Amino acid sequence: MKEKFLAAFKEALLIEETEISLDDIFRDYAEWDSLSRLSLIASLDEQFNVQIEDSDFEQLKTVGDLLNEVEKRATV
Amino acid sequence: MALLKFNNVGIVGMAACVPSNVINNYEYTQVFDAATAKEITDKIGIKQRRFALPGVTSSDLCFHAAEKLIHDLQVDKEDIDLLVFVSQTPDYRMPATSVLLQHRLGLTHNTMAFDISLGCSAYVYALSIVYSLMERSGFKVALLLDGETRSRVYSAQDRKTAFLFGDGGTATIIQKGEQYKDSYFSLNSDGSKEDLIKIKAGGYRYPSTPETLQEKVVDEYGNIRSEEHGVMEGADVFNFVLREIPPDIKRLEHFSGITLAEIDLFLFHQANDYMNSYLAKKLKLPIEKVPSSIAQFGNTSSVSIPLTIVTQLQHKLNTEQRVMLCGFGVGMSWATAFLVFDNCYISDLVEI
Repeated sequence: MKEKFLAAFKEALLIEETEISLDDIFRDYAEWDSLSRLSLIASLDEQFNVQIEDSDFEQLKTVGDLLNEVEKRATV
Repeated sequence: MALLKFNNVGIVGMAACVPSNVINNYEYTQVFDAATAKEITDKIGIKQRRFALPGVTSSDLCFHAAEKLIHDLQVDKEDIDLLVFVSQTPDYRMPATSVLLQHRLGLTHNTMAFDISLGCSAYVYALSIVYSLMERSGFKVALLLDGETRSRVYSAQDRKTAFLFGDGGTATIIQKGEQYKDSYFSLNSDGSKEDLIKIKAGGYRYPSTPETLQEKVVDEYGNIRSEEHGVMEGADVFNFVLREIPPDIKRLEHFSGITLAEIDLFLFHQANDYMNSYLAKKLKLPIEKVPSSIAQFGNTSSVSIPLTIVTQLQHKLNTEQRVMLCGFGVGMSWATAFLVFDNCYISDLVEI
């Protein structure tokens, strides 16, 4: 799950670096903006059948928070 | 459950009118720089839009579309006895714009005329209402007018919405006839999500005041708007569409007994190309069966489905085509229909 999530996350944000840490604040990435959010929504829906509403998404700070939320909601 | 079936009612012809004033999104740089404009335009796939010039309203666009269609089809205006106007950018708060259009088009006083105030789902909703009235009564010819000037609703200084919206007006003529095959509709609403797309001020819950007109920075990105401007929470709208639209289409498949494999054309509300492309992929639809006008005209709210038909399918609806229409947005409100078009006349696009 973790590898699949990180691959999806990096692809959605077009991050080319190989290493990202679960402790990273994802909104601090230079690649993060409202358009990459759309890519992330599509990617999480496609690969994990997960949708995270804004009100919950706003509480997530780190890459690890996002991974935990996806694991909690994933049905596939 | 709002699942409806009609028979012996169908679309005779359609027309559309757009402003001749073309906005090129790559050059839409009065507020944002060219790099930002390019990044947003490439992502959302909206290259151009049409903006109505000051003084031109959605009813003007509909009027010209209607006159063209009535002329082309040689419809006797005396025979039009139902006029429905769909818009959330009407001429006035009262009277209803449909009634003004009855007079302006020279229709008789025996015309039933009323407005429908819904957004991106409205064309499908309005068709279901017109079909229902036509099927169960003595109406002869129905004229469904759907127009929007959404370019005026959103702040040009809010990058979330500044590059999305455009203007247009359409006309659809609907009649009874034994040649028309069965049509199916699914209609839905979720008012708990009222804040996802909203203009807060200017109604009676939150009237206009000098404060509501004040433009201010509203987020960490520096976007600027007033409470009189439209707000759109794009990410949650996308989540909503992914959650609600595929099940609604499944529901209509089940209700109608028609499978998606039997559908020739899939017409979605033109919100943005990124979302629509993903939706088509999720539903495993062949992209050549999903016409799009988003690059040319942007998001025109309820106008986007009929505008796509007029501009992309002009010569395709002469022969029988089974078509899905699916509109979704502000409300939230969403609707899906399976219709059969056959020998449907499409006028040349009108520009004013």
